[in-house]
Amino acid sequence: MTILTRAEAGQASVSRRKKRLLAFAFVVPLLLFLLLSFVAPIASMLWRSVYHPTVAELIPITLERLGQWDGTGTPEPATLAVFVEELHGLAKERRSGKLAEELNRTQAGMSSMVKSTARRVGRLSPEELQQQGVQTLLDAHRNWSRTETWLAVQRAGQVYTYNYYLTALDLELHPEHGIQARDTEIYRQLYAKTLKMALAITALCALLGYPLAYYLASLPSNRANLLLVLVLLPFWTSLLVRTTAWIALLQTNGVINSFLQGIGLIAAPFEMLYTSFATVLAMTHILLPFMILPLYSVMRGIDPSYLRAALSLGARPLPAFARIYFPMTLPGLSAGALLVFIISVGYYITPALVGGTDGQMISNIIAFHMQSSNNWELAAALGSLLLALILLLYWVYDRFVGAGSIKLG
Amino acid sequence: MKTPSYYGFWHHLGNRLLKLFSWLVLLFLILPILVIVPLSFNAEPFFSFTEGMLRLQPDAWSLRWYEQVFSDPRWLLAIKNSFIIGFFATLLATVLGTCAAVGLARAEMPLRRFITALLLSPMIVPLIITAAGMFFFYSSLNLAGSHLGVIIAHAALGTPFVIITVTATLTGFDYSLARAALNLGASPLRVFLDVILPLIRPGVISGALFAFITSFDEVVVVLFMAGPQQRTIPRQMFSGLREQINPSILAVATLLILLSIVLLLTLELLRRRAERMRGIEIPQ
Repeated sequence: MTILTRAEAGQASVSRRKKRLLAFAFVVPLLLFLLLSFVAPIASMLWRSVYHPTVAELIPITLERLGQWDGTGTPEPATLAVFVEELHGLAKERRSGKLAEELNRTQAGMSSMVKSTARRVGRLSPEELQQQGVQTLLDAHRNWSRTETWLAVQRAGQVYTYNYYLTALDLELHPEHGIQARDTEIYRQLYAKTLKMALAITALCALLGYPLAYYLASLPSNRANLLLVLVLLPFWTSLLVRTTAWIALLQTNGVINSFLQGIGLIAAPFEMLYTSFATVLAMTHILLPFMILPLYSVMRGIDPSYLRAALSLGARPLPAFARIYFPMTLPGLSAGALLVFIISVGYYITPALVGGTDGQMISNIIAFHMQSSNNWELAAALGSLLLALILLLYWVYDRFVGAGSIKLG
Repeated sequence: MKTPSYYGFWHHLGNRLLKLFSWLVLLFLILPILVIVPLSFNAEPFFSFTEGMLRLQPDAWSLRWYEQVFSDPRWLLAIKNSFIIGFFATLLATVLGTCAAVGLARAEMPLRRFITALLLSPMIVPLIITAAGMFFFYSSLNLAGSHLGVIIAHAALGTPFVIITVTATLTGFDYSLARAALNLGASPLRVFLDVILPLIRPGVISGALFAFITSFDEVVVVLFMAGPQQRTIPRQMFSGLREQINPSILAVATLLILLSIVLLLTLELLRRRAERMRGIEIPQ
């Protein structure tokens, strides 16, 4: 055993640290680049799902005064007067619609109530506003004298909120009963449907991919490489091209229907496009290579003599396969299945193009809230739930397969 | 497959069925793509075979959709944009990714597992989330609706592929070569450029191809973040499929299939060359 002097040990640790720093220095540029271009955008979006200052910016003084209200009965007339004044201002600036939209998200039905009230209040002159503002408000809609309305305004005004997560999980905050389920289930059903479709796609990929990978692995390597090109070409072909292909195939007057009609098998065309069937079929086609490639690479590495030994010792083919060969392919199968599942859960393009209303997945509803309903906070909440699910699966993948061992082409 | 004597009747039958099933799956993989090619020469504005095409009448086939693509300024702009954005995104992704892969492959790399998972995450996070986040963030930096913004976004999405392919060529890399060069007085930069880079070149090139195809094929980020001036080929196809379906999309699709065949052949050649050069196998 060599014994290091203190100086030598110090030197060794310095040089070790230097090497670690050097290795790290190579990674730093990309790390910084990704932090700025990728991590920060996602983090800022997640922040948006809990931080929501819009209402607080629209009616700041009302909210400040509501903070001192005890939450029973109607707020004192002075508070109502402040609200009327702020509503008047908003109506003049044509921003009361925004307030109506925001409040409606907290309590359904408030949109029309706020809009009609804003119209009435907006017509008042400054003197009238002073004298009969509060009365106009209470006359405009009977709900303005109800406690729940003001509790809802208070809730909508919270700058930090978990309301969007409640909505994303089909829950709502009831003033008396606390958190409870909403009458209509939208998003939970959609999550369930997304998971079900992803599971179906993964199962189909495994069912189609496993035998093919087994067959390819049993061929001599030059022949297998040749056939592998048929797997790799779809892998390398643009996603849009493959989706276009499925539209051409599945349309009402598409290739499959006209073929089946041409040979007289069916009288009227099937409606296949714009269904969840189309989504599952097209996505199975698109993701199949992700299943085949890891399976094939694991199967190539399995010594065929194990199976031969079992067979020559008298095992029957199926039990021999199930007990000897199959367990050895599990790493490839789980790697492929996890990858296919992870990718399909968050898929957007293909369901959007071939899925119709029936074949939409969670990504599509996120896109809808981003682009059409402009409910960005809800989109962010739905997105962060999806992200949490994906990261959990990714963590499992990393633990059992290793993120660094993802195979490409 | 050779069939030894202890194989019974059922086993033979099983092998036949396996072969049949495998070929059916291969057809399922390849046929939908091949169907597009003849359809793109349709003389009619349909997405299906006309009777004339099936009877091989010459006037049922035409190049009109190709002419239309190459005379439509929107398609021309999209083609130009796709190549410009793809080129710069690839450049950025390849330089940053190669550099990071070299660091990750070193034994002394601290927190390797965590950092690898982090650097590969752009491949895993659903594009809709990435795109939504980038839309807000890049808008606040005035990068949304600019070529630069799309290039940065696509580079971020492409780096994981570069890391994977370069890391694959670096496993089994003999660091004594680099140490020898250092000992002989070369600067670290020289060592990287003259010793390491030539040896990992096949991995770098295939990583670059992956990064290029990632950008070339990406549509979600473009959909959310880019303005009309940054429309790319897939973006143009996406709106074509949603709004007015006509076979010019099929013509573009056929050209893209050609491009992917070229890329695939290039990769295959690279793989063989890498095997010859160093006697190691780049994993399939």
